[in-house]
Amino acid sequence: MISVESLTKQYGRFTAVDNVSFTAATGRVTGFLGPNGAGKSTTMRIMVGLTRPSSGRVTITGRDYRELVNPGLEVGVLLDASAQHAGRTGREILTIAAQTMGLPRTRVTETLARVGLTESEAERRVRNYSLGMRQRLGIATALIGDPQVLILDEPANGLDPAGIRWMRDLLRGFANDGGTVLLSSHLLHEIEVIADDLVVIGQGRIVAQGSKSELLAAAGTLVRTIDVDRLARALHEASVVTSPIDGGLRADADPRLVGEVAHRAGIVLRELRAADGAGLEEMFLELTAETAREGAAA
Amino acid sequence: MTTATQTPPVVAPAAPAVTRAVRPIPMTRLAKVELRKMFDTRAGFWLMASVGIVAVLATAAVILWAPDSSIDQETFSSAIGFPLSVILPIIGLLSVTSEYSQRTGLTTYTLVPWRGRVITAKMLVTLAIGVASMFLALAVGAVGNLIGSAITGLDPVWNVTVEEFAQIVLANVLGMLIGFTLGVLMRSSAAAIVGYFVYSLVLPAALGALAAFQEWFRDLQPWVDVNYATTRLFDSSMTTEYWQQLGVTTLVWLWIPLAIGLRAVLRAEVK
Repeated sequence: MISVESLTKQYGRFTAVDNVSFTAATGRVTGFLGPNGAGKSTTMRIMVGLTRPSSGRVTITGRDYRELVNPGLEVGVLLDASAQHAGRTGREILTIAAQTMGLPRTRVTETLARVGLTESEAERRVRNYSLGMRQRLGIATALIGDPQVLILDEPANGLDPAGIRWMRDLLRGFANDGGTVLLSSHLLHEIEVIADDLVVIGQGRIVAQGSKSELLAAAGTLVRTIDVDRLARALHEASVVTSPIDGGLRADADPRLVGEVAHRAGIVLRELRAADGAGLEEMFLELTAETAREGAAA
Repeated sequence: MTTATQTPPVVAPAAPAVTRAVRPIPMTRLAKVELRKMFDTRAGFWLMASVGIVAVLATAAVILWAPDSSIDQETFSSAIGFPLSVILPIIGLLSVTSEYSQRTGLTTYTLVPWRGRVITAKMLVTLAIGVASMFLALAVGAVGNLIGSAITGLDPVWNVTVEEFAQIVLANVLGMLIGFTLGVLMRSSAAAIVGYFVYSLVLPAALGALAAFQEWFRDLQPWVDVNYATTRLFDSSMTTEYWQQLGVTTLVWLWIPLAIGLRAVLRAEVK
């Protein structure tokens, strides 16, 4: 379990991480979602002791990262797949990690196979690797110590669809075996297929967190009509909170109630459905709209 | 459950089925890993190989071009020693800066979050390489001396004493530590190498010029100019005053900056 408690990181007057608290539970895959520059990587660097927090703390299975005896055997970390010496071979990079942790050589070959890097790929220097291969190598470094906890920053970046599916199955299996997974992404679609729980961050602050199903339910109903203004008024009179989307509304109510309200008001609907993944995306954009660079797009 | 009478078996909620005994990482292992990292890239390998290559080339040059009268061990030692005194500090600084320039520190300091231990391992390996290089140079120089004397037909002249050799080793170790200091201060390969050349070429020239033109500085120079104080290890028998000057200059130019740099490495954010 990873527990983040009131974490704050300031750079001068800029607050990169602002009083962030959340938990990544054992046996679950927690997605850490936010636009670029939201503070995901800073939070993860603080977790593993690379950056000092201004205040707050992070514990991993109840302990500070620096209290771990041999961290590689307890927490698998991938912060940046490109942060590897370009002149080393993939096998060499993995061998260094294994040697540091005190693992036998055989683990290197096993782990290379586990992440789908072939023998000949492993002998190539990392400067000749694609981003997807670097990700696999980074994940191998995280997995080789057979840890209980994984902390992965944008691990699906650069993976092809088959690679993302592979990653999903790998992390699913890891969590099912009682492991804890925290992975970050700026892409909702990516994280949606992998994660059980979501923590959404924007400009250093947590803007939403909960299980994926909770957040999906909270996404409400999508309704489209020609007469958006009238429907909005009618829903407002029925005490339903709405927000405008392209050609319609997102309503914080179930589709049945929205349908009834529209019927009573005599409004013709073009579309009425529970906000699913698309709704979550709306929510993500909305939640991060005021904090994202793209500003008032939503 | 507030009563002490109830004592249910303690079940750790998230404990894995098999708890492995996790042993701490010993320093010897860290040193081995750091040594490996110095050789396992082409650039690193050739930098290390250059120590041997330079020693052989310098020896060959002496045999080919030095006048017969100066074929002695000291000539070989100085011929090999000069290029080595340039290469060794660069090996020292790169051992630190590559973690930052190549961003491998992200992994290194995550696997070993006690940065002081990583840096200590690096320093031990750097110094071991420095001392080993000096012995290699001594051996190559000795072979050169034998070959050179055989060619000239004169008896080989062994005129480097143990004390002189120890002084040369010390000078090179200090040089490597200066490289190491620049590494921990700059944490960037390019900046540290530029810094090193400023330190070893520009600074002595500037201070030398100052001493040449400013009377008041002339007596002061040995107490200020660290290169001046260090160079005497190569070719003088050291007096007490010389040692004091070496102590004072290295305190200012080496030990204090090294302490500042180490503190910075321990605290700085790794990105």
